Amino acid sequence: MRIGLFIPCFMNELYPEASMATLKVLENLGLDVEYPTNQTCCGQPMANTGCAHEAGELAKRFLKIFKDYDYIVAPSGSCVAMVRENYAQFLEGEDGFEHLKTHTYELVEFLHDVIKPTNMNASFPYKVGIHNSCHGHRELGMASMSERNLPAFSKIQKILELVDDIEFVTLKRNDECCGFGGTFCVSEDAMSAAMGIDRVNDHLSAGAEIMTGIDMSCLMHMQGIIDRKKLPIKTMHIAQILAGEQ
Amino acid sequence: MGHPEKAAKFIADNERMHWHDKALWFVRQKRDIAAHGLDEWEELRRVASEIKTHTIDKLDFYLEEFEKNAKEKGIQVHWAKDAKEHNEIVLKILLARGAKKLVKSKSMLTEECHLNPFLEENGIEVIDTDLGERIVQLRDEAPSHIVLPAIHLKKEDVGKTFEKFLKTEKDNCDPTYLTRAARKHLREKFLNAEASLTGVNFGIAQTGGVVVCTNEGNADLGASLPKLHIASMGIEKIIPRLKDLSIFTRLLARSATGQPITSYTSHFHAPIEGGEMHVIIVDNGRSDIIANEDFKQSLHCIRCGACINTCPVYRRSGGHSYGYTIPGPIGSTLGASKDLRTNKTLPFACTLCASCSNVCPSKIKLHNQLYKHRQSVVAAGLLGAKKHTILKVATWVMKHPALLDFTGLMARKIVPKLPRSILYSKANIWGKERELPKFPENSFKELYKARKK
Repeated sequence: MRIGLFIPCFMNELYPEASMATLKVLENLGLDVEYPTNQTCCGQPMANTGCAHEAGELAKRFLKIFKDYDYIVAPSGSCVAMVRENYAQFLEGEDGFEHLKTHTYELVEFLHDVIKPTNMNASFPYKVGIHNSCHGHRELGMASMSERNLPAFSKIQKILELVDDIEFVTLKRNDECCGFGGTFCVSEDAMSAAMGIDRVNDHLSAGAEIMTGIDMSCLMHMQGIIDRKKLPIKTMHIAQILAGEQ
Repeated sequence: MGHPEKAAKFIADNERMHWHDKALWFVRQKRDIAAHGLDEWEELRRVASEIKTHTIDKLDFYLEEFEKNAKEKGIQVHWAKDAKEHNEIVLKILLARGAKKLVKSKSMLTEECHLNPFLEENGIEVIDTDLGERIVQLRDEAPSHIVLPAIHLKKEDVGKTFEKFLKTEKDNCDPTYLTRAARKHLREKFLNAEASLTGVNFGIAQTGGVVVCTNEGNADLGASLPKLHIASMGIEKIIPRLKDLSIFTRLLARSATGQPITSYTSHFHAPIEGGEMHVIIVDNGRSDIIANEDFKQSLHCIRCGACINTCPVYRRSGGHSYGYTIPGPIGSTLGASKDLRTNKTLPFACTLCASCSNVCPSKIKLHNQLYKHRQSVVAAGLLGAKKHTILKVATWVMKHPALLDFTGLMARKIVPKLPRSILYSKANIWGKERELPKFPENSFKELYKARKK
């Protein structure tokens, strides 16, 4: 099984630790992982801003780079959702697209659905709040949504439960958006910040020491707020917890 | 002013913004309890969506069936292709009976058609009789929500409004006191009314009757006291059979407010004794939406407002920030379909969180529609040259990995050395309320390559 590691462009530039942790998590499980170094961006910022032509160009590029891997795994729910939910408009019928669409996974989802590890050899003795980032949550179905009347589950919590000593806090609003929203964070900057502050405060009042999640973009936005307001809480990408970092 | 600017103004009053957010979140939670209390909830949504899909696909057939059956019951049926025609038909019916005093129950369609100002210009007294609608009417405001028209107002605001217009006691904002004052005021209006106008929640093709759901009973009182009743109905309100109605009534009130059913579900299937009943079937752009595969599902809407209550953007920006008759996710898609140029910021007043699509009782994929509308905005050249250029340049860079690597390298070298005054200048919108991430020494790719050696 050859896995193509898909690292969101901004994570490659700004979050090498979380990216490296993703690689480590997969390698620690004995998997054969390769990072194709000519990858750049999946096109999500363009697509979410309505620039279909530009997004289409990047989608075609992405397909060429990743289509020959057995699985494509990324530490991001929203980038994976872009491939699975939104690429069809640009790539329907293209050679390899069906495989790409059905074999691109978010890291935690890949562990939960495909690899099914029983132990992570990691300990994390902190109180953790899970940020259910929307695209992973509602597009990929990482956990049951508060809107729906379906059986409760959380792939994220289930995988995190494999980590020793971890404690979870209960939030008032379990799956409310943090307001990052891609280019929304600058086109509606006041709204974006207001939503982010509310989300951080929910975790703070629930007693969380660490906010974690599968999307670095949401965490980057909320860490920016935490740093500005000097709040006693930290964000950490889930891959780093799973890789045994503390 | 587009949505971002109006939202920023709403957010600037932090206390009030959070009060608004909590009020609507409370409604959303009530909805959750009601929805999660029905084992068959998801099944109901599925069936509702299928009925709507079927009906919209055969709308001409069901509308004609409705017309035929309504006429047989003595209801007069009119067709209006747009707002102007609708308003003129209403006026004509009123003038033909010499009716000068009209009581109205809630109808978002008449808001959409701007009926009130048109009738007032023509010498008709129009009184909105839904309490929330009456409050905003007195204040000369538009409703800020389709189910809770005055949700943007606190009881103190209502107290002041009533003090001015209904001569209530100074500074008395006790809700019961104010409600009684409104009741007394409206009772007089009902008794003197010469005609009534109601909206329509459901038009039943099989029976030729219309169903109106209210909590205040104001539609019933209006339709029963004067001898003339006009019901304005959008073409998408049709359902095929009487038995389909229960699917929607079970979903509607639960989704809207968490009630199992509205206090009144009134069936109007004939004029009252000695009276007249008219139904005006209104298109006003709906056919154009049906013709567009990407957006026709927006006509599944039963106007419950659940997508509005759940929308984290709506809750923090208020209904007036949208500048369209209907706010929130459903309003943003309908507004963009109606007039993209005027409403070009609405598809972007959304993080694509998809809560709306999952709360919607008739399963409209609202966030997908807003995503698609963004492409229409770009195609129409309405995104703004600056934004579009930035994304074009970014795409070009993304097609050249070496260039991206170089850009990233330079940024990681330069940014940490910049003084704060430059780094957090006005141009840095991100940095207005957020710190930038700490730029690392190396990219992941650099570390990956080094490790491989």
